[in-house]
Amino acid sequence: MAMAWVWAILVGVSVLFGAVNGRMGDVSRAAMEGAGAAVELALGITGAVCLWSGVMELMNRCGLAERLASLFRPLLRRLLPRASRDAETLSAVSANLSANLLGLGNAATPLGIRAARRMAQGCDGVASDELCRLVVLNTASIQLLPTTVASLRAACGSAASFDILPAVWVTSLLSVTAGLLTARLLGRIWR
Amino acid sequence: MSAVEATVFIVPCLLAGLAAYALCKKVDVYGALTAGAAEGLTVVLRILPALIALLTAVYMFRASGAMDALTALLSPVLRWLGIPPETAAILLIRPLSGSGALAAAGELMSHHGPDSYVGRVAAVMMGSTETTFYTVAVYFGAAGIRRSRYTIPAALAADLTGFAAAALTVRLFFGM
Repeated sequence: MAMAWVWAILVGVSVLFGAVNGRMGDVSRAAMEGAGAAVELALGITGAVCLWSGVMELMNRCGLAERLASLFRPLLRRLLPRASRDAETLSAVSANLSANLLGLGNAATPLGIRAARRMAQGCDGVASDELCRLVVLNTASIQLLPTTVASLRAACGSAASFDILPAVWVTSLLSVTAGLLTARLLGRIWR
Repeated sequence: MSAVEATVFIVPCLLAGLAAYALCKKVDVYGALTAGAAEGLTVVLRILPALIALLTAVYMFRASGAMDALTALLSPVLRWLGIPPETAAILLIRPLSGSGALAAAGELMSHHGPDSYVGRVAAVMMGSTETTFYTVAVYFGAAGIRRSRYTIPAALAADLTGFAAAALTVRLFFGM
């Protein structure tokens, strides 16, 4: 539903501004252009998105996701000490994190949900601190290869579409740290 | 060689290294690649309708002059945070809709160029943040949580940090 509002507001405000600025002709042309540009954009990124989807599938079949997941376990035992006592939750969370890191979004969500379900047992609909932390981890994207946006850059004619990687890594680390720190701080006062 | 220049090695070496590793592990490299690529097609097909709807709206928004007004309105706050005001639309749409933000970023990149400062900041923002509200709704919905407590403020703090840090790191790594 949120998107219905966003779309209606964008279009409504455009018509309003178009009328006030006397640019209705431009707005009308832009509507048709936008729809066409969407198809061009989608076609432009299709090759790269498919290639990376194939690479991710290959990583998965090689067992890289599982190896990565086992690397996370010590970290997760500190971040989610209570949930980590349950072996199945720990394996679901670490698999969720490694899938996120490899950009396997379709695989990450079901794993994260399985972990969240187990962690929510017996808490009567109120999120525990550790469950909040798990969701914050998932809302702060930590991705080794942001392939979709790199595909978008390539489609727009970038000279080196992956040159943003170091900046993305540092930014992701800062943002996930800020999220977890805020969670820890708010957890003390927000019961 | 700087960290940024070294990134040109990542893709070719990753492809070759992964192929060699997979062959050693007796994984069918070609089969896995093509199966994954087929799945990629469905991903593109799934986001295409949303892209059509949202790029139409974003193009109208830009053409009407509303984008300039929004940019000007948010400019004092964003400048104070060190964020380029041109990215205002991405900031507002990103937590709500992934394809919406992709549409806004695509429009920005074709307008300013993917290798411009603004284009790079937009890309780093996209690569280091998530569709926050959607993710929270999916996880808590599935787990039967009614009181999410501080999850949304904490997640939005992470997003805001990501947006400000994106502007900072692009300046740092690219000297722009």
